[in-house]
Amino acid sequence: MKKFLVLCAALFLGLPLLGILAAGPARAALSVDVTQGNPQPLPIAIPDFLPGTPGDAQAGANIAGVVRADLERSGLFKPLDPNGFIEHITSINTVPNFQSWRTITAQGLVTGQVTLQPDGRLRVDFRLWDVYGASQMLGLQYFTQGENWRRVAHMVSDAIYERITGEKGYFDTRIVFIAESGPATKRVKRLAIMDEDGANPIFLTNGSYMVLTPRFNPSAQMIAYMSYIGSKPRVYLFDIETGRQERLGDFPNMTFSPRFSPDGNRVALSLETNGNSDIYIMDLRNRAIQRLTTDPGIDTAPSFSPDGRQIAFESDRGGSQQVYVMGVDGSNQHRISFGAGNNGTPVWSPRGDLLAFTKQQGSRFNVGVMRPDGGGERIITSGPHDEGPTWAPNGRVLMFTRVLSNSRGSQIWSVDVTGRNERRVLTPGSASDPAWSPLIQ
Amino acid sequence: MIRFSKAMKFACLSAVLVLAAGCTHKQEAVNTAPPPAAPEAPPPPAPVTSSILPGSAEDFRTNVGDTVHFALDQYNIEAADQALLTRQAQWLNKYPSVRVTIEGNCDERGTREYNLALGARRANAVKEYLVSQGVSAGRVDTISYGKERPICTESNEDCWAQNRRGVTTITAGANT
Repeated sequence: MKKFLVLCAALFLGLPLLGILAAGPARAALSVDVTQGNPQPLPIAIPDFLPGTPGDAQAGANIAGVVRADLERSGLFKPLDPNGFIEHITSINTVPNFQSWRTITAQGLVTGQVTLQPDGRLRVDFRLWDVYGASQMLGLQYFTQGENWRRVAHMVSDAIYERITGEKGYFDTRIVFIAESGPATKRVKRLAIMDEDGANPIFLTNGSYMVLTPRFNPSAQMIAYMSYIGSKPRVYLFDIETGRQERLGDFPNMTFSPRFSPDGNRVALSLETNGNSDIYIMDLRNRAIQRLTTDPGIDTAPSFSPDGRQIAFESDRGGSQQVYVMGVDGSNQHRISFGAGNNGTPVWSPRGDLLAFTKQQGSRFNVGVMRPDGGGERIITSGPHDEGPTWAPNGRVLMFTRVLSNSRGSQIWSVDVTGRNERRVLTPGSASDPAWSPLIQ
Repeated sequence: MIRFSKAMKFACLSAVLVLAAGCTHKQEAVNTAPPPAAPEAPPPPAPVTSSILPGSAEDFRTNVGDTVHFALDQYNIEAADQALLTRQAQWLNKYPSVRVTIEGNCDERGTREYNLALGARRANAVKEYLVSQGVSAGRVDTISYGKERPICTESNEDCWAQNRRGVTTITAGANT
């Protein structure tokens, strides 16, 4: 099988552009402040990428379409309708007529070209222009196998997002999740994976046994999840490249709620013994097991801090389900959530600044965020039953499971960390338990 | 550089194993009937109809009862269910070759992981009660389904009460 190859991001500055590049780095006039969730998305024009040869027109339209959809979905950009464009871009090597783009209110402009190479690869060039600053902000070039055109489009989106917002993008990522089908009393649950935008869904298990709570490892090549195969609910590892499944450890009872450490070398999980659930860590290199909690309460849903030194988890040791934090060796276990209701499923942001969690008040469930010291609690979702958040690798966006009613099944939704831009994520049928991959490298 | 395209190649081949746990689920509705009127008398043995084989799984389900229920976020055996579990233990003691699995279940008002743990508590509570009545612990397995196996799917108290349950399921040794 051909290796996936994206020879990325050769700086695409080699062509003379009427002195504009000689003027030095583009000033960063065009920017978006992501901390506000951007109630007014930035208007940006993204014409179909030009065909490098006459046969490449469809590829150029496809790639531009994915870039437009990515940026629109973020809620930070408003891609303009190509039907309204005045200037017809005919070359990516000439400076656009900025006035014509200002006329249609575009603040950003993306021009690109797709060329099928003699060796079968696609070459994708694009430039990002600051329309009001009349300057080029970015110029990049990618090569890839033709079947990977969607990934190149996501990489273009990531580059634009990063240049304008100052934050890393998250479009070239994948989601592992549970695909659901059938009635609520006999729900079939399959392990599945898809691109961040819902494209290319693949089922990894066949539905003959239930699977729950999948999580990526840091390289996005391994999934830890819970499987009921053989009616023995245990944590398993799934190697995406080989398709191999492996039961993690030889535990006598149920293991569940796995989560990888940031270095990928360890998995924290819960082990149930005589009805009591406690948190353990297994070192994947030598399979050594360390017990972290010993109280008679339910201790589960562990999540490592990005520096790997602490673990957030949930426990009902104090009488109700609440969020706690401890050292990675089990030391200094202390409660941090003191807000109303029950609070569980803490997930540490990749930035380290926030924990996302599920708040339950009566029969209502919502996703919230709080600081690792428990302060600054904010509820950021609006559904009747939202649970199980997962962070985009840039820590700005979350996905979660939303249940509108049992008969309608579960859905995956996304929301900006500010609470704006709630959207349903495209999935093949009902879906739950999303886990966001790191940026693909 | 990552090799996701290989994943697609292998995507569909995993997992050929066995049928799953859900197949053993029973339709169960009748054992929540109120107790007999005379409060002091132990419940009279239910009449055994000629069509039910003594010592069979159907005998257990129909004439003993396989399900107990729990209060919200609780896992203690309620007084109303103690007599039923005592009958389960007596039946199991009468048929010592039978093995059972206790299935612990929850309503939807809990996060997925928490309910897995709560279901384990409930299943274990049933097991401990049976063991206290003389059933060998080695004959009793437990499994938690959390909130993943509701028998009633409306979002109201009546349904939630039905779903908060422990079900004793015969896995081997019954007469057939």
